[in-house]
Amino acid sequence: MSRTFVGMPVFPPPTHPAFPEAARDAVHNHTLRSNLRHATHTIRAKRARAVAELSDWDRLREAGRLIKDHTLRHLDRYLVQLEESVTAAGGTVHWAVDAAEANRIVAELVKATGESEVVKVKSMATQEIGLNEALLEEGIRAYETDLAELIVQLGNDRPSHILVPAIHRNRGEIRDIFRTEMGAWGRPAPDGLTDTPAELAEAARLHLREKFLRAKVGISGANFMVAETGTLVVVESEGNGRMCLTLPETLISVVGIEKTVPTWQDLEVFLQTLPRSSTAERMNPYTSMWTGTTDEDGPRAFHLVLLDNGRTDALADQVGRQALRCIRCSACLNVCPVYERAGGHAYGSVYPGPIGAILSPQLRGTASEIDASLPYASSLCGACYEVCPVAIDIPEVLVHLRERVVEGGVAVRQGNKVVLKPAKGHAAERAAMRAARWAFSHPGALRTGQRLASRTRRLHPRTLPGPGRAWSATRDLPAAPAEPFRDWWQRTRGGKDGAK
Amino acid sequence: MRVALFLTCVNDTLYPDTGRAVVKLLTRLGVEVDFPMAQTCCGQAHYNTGYRHEAEPLARHFSDVFGEYEAIVTPSGSCGAMIRELYPRMGERARAEGRGDTLAAVLAPVVPKTYELTEFLVDVLGVTDVGACYPHKVTYHPTCHGLRGLGLGDRPRRLLQAVEGLELVELPGAEECCGFGGTFALKNADVSAAMGADKVRNAESTGAEVLCAADNSCLMHIGGTMTRLAVGMRPVHIAEILASTEEETAV
Repeated sequence: MSRTFVGMPVFPPPTHPAFPEAARDAVHNHTLRSNLRHATHTIRAKRARAVAELSDWDRLREAGRLIKDHTLRHLDRYLVQLEESVTAAGGTVHWAVDAAEANRIVAELVKATGESEVVKVKSMATQEIGLNEALLEEGIRAYETDLAELIVQLGNDRPSHILVPAIHRNRGEIRDIFRTEMGAWGRPAPDGLTDTPAELAEAARLHLREKFLRAKVGISGANFMVAETGTLVVVESEGNGRMCLTLPETLISVVGIEKTVPTWQDLEVFLQTLPRSSTAERMNPYTSMWTGTTDEDGPRAFHLVLLDNGRTDALADQVGRQALRCIRCSACLNVCPVYERAGGHAYGSVYPGPIGAILSPQLRGTASEIDASLPYASSLCGACYEVCPVAIDIPEVLVHLRERVVEGGVAVRQGNKVVLKPAKGHAAERAAMRAARWAFSHPGALRTGQRLASRTRRLHPRTLPGPGRAWSATRDLPAAPAEPFRDWWQRTRGGKDGAK
Repeated sequence: MRVALFLTCVNDTLYPDTGRAVVKLLTRLGVEVDFPMAQTCCGQAHYNTGYRHEAEPLARHFSDVFGEYEAIVTPSGSCGAMIRELYPRMGERARAEGRGDTLAAVLAPVVPKTYELTEFLVDVLGVTDVGACYPHKVTYHPTCHGLRGLGLGDRPRRLLQAVEGLELVELPGAEECCGFGGTFALKNADVSAAMGADKVRNAESTGAEVLCAADNSCLMHIGGTMTRLAVGMRPVHIAEILASTEEETAV
């Protein structure tokens, strides 16, 4: 058990390298590149078709944005309403300010049942807080039941995608993981297991069925929480989630506070935009909804743990708060050229890709090396913004967070206003930017520099030393022209003198 | 019509041929072009790297230099997007920081009259056939800020399709970023180079001689990758193709 990875650590390990270093191995790993390329391109094309079917997509997107913005603006009110509704329906609401508190609450709730095993519905919030590891420390084993999460858990691996956590694995690798690891966790893989999808699914089905029928406690997240009714919603494809939500006696749901929507009718928008954006389906196969507890049906006890863990801090940021609109569809990951080449692990968070690059540095702050580098993990190509079903302007937030990294400034941390210092390691860049600003504010100085570049052009090396190597290791430098344009313009009066 | 050419600092310093081509093309179409000598840089690299406050004096300077012209034309999708999309945002941010409306007011005049070159040709001059001749096989890469920022749509392609002798071939994965991304090319050099190599391989698969785009920064990255990978193609700015005539071919 000691080497078995059971969940994500709460914070990136202090040794997690900055994004460029973390991405380097993935970029040069041909199997990984090919797995990711195939998977992201397939789903990218399918999503585009699924979205194109709807003539009112732009209006749905705008409606989603407005509902989320409205909810976030009045989140204090809606959360209280949600608590009242859930309580009235027979549930119990717990408030967790951070990961440690949420983990403690869940562990105590499980221990109160006398159980030492739980089954889990695929959930980003519980991965974010490292719940599985926290439970293990309390002697409680958590079994992931989503097929891909199972592959990740059995493989002692980390998720690399929000929706498709094992996207970095191909069928052969999955067969090998099932063959060697399933036995240690329960029912072993059938003899002679091949890598055909039907056989792999059957092996997982048999392995998991045992867990579903035995489990007394289920743990989930939720895609939405309806304030007016106290209803929670889980949207999934496999039905394994529904097993966990309905069979156990106790259900504990850990949900980020930003998952609230005011009314039942608001789901109308998101239940259209989420499936099409995530799995490119018109409607997802399983939409489970529950409101507190119901006599003779489903869990006898329902606990809702409302998780903050940095969300209120993000909400205080005028530019960054739009990240809290996210409905975790992953469309931005699937179109991102950087994600496609760097893979999910390079982002050092359960939230990879473009949304992770703006979410992690807000939830965790920009103090660590990885979090200070994430805002730069983008060419600002804008493909993410284009596909986002709640119109999060990810490039805008990336640039905003870059500013926080290089300039520091006022931010809210754990509810308190703090003045952040500029991150280390940007001194040379800052000096270069200042020098460039000065030159660009003095056209004469710019011209002198341009002329110098042109007149020394025969001396220019083909490759650059120092930081310039980042360019010239893979790309030739452009040759400086004989004269800058402005000299030609002045010499020929814009070509009117006939000279070339 | 008298317009100001905002050539951009990159073109002015490294790609004067593009500037000459824009002047030649617009002059041929009856436009009187001026090049204000005080122009420098729009501040995009500063802004996008997180130095918004360093970019502000450059934006103010831009507005001082270009504020009086009827129209401002630039042969760069990303610099055009900087002015049109991000100058208003800089004004808003200054306001949010409690610095009042001054910056927004200073920048406001240049925003609506700044046009990327192909936009100016199609929307303002109303031409798609600019009387060019360019007997080569060409593939077109729509750069990100032109495509998704300014929404140039099919304007560049319509202009290219009208060029005599030019055979336009589809670029696979055309809408994917080439991996330049300004300082991204240096800060995330491995990912940037991998994106560039994929773009070049896609371009090579078309059998075209020329990869055309409307932004020389992206072409600097793609072209530098092309020569390093010894691919027998050359990057050419769309202005240079549109400026070419039967008598005088730019490149």
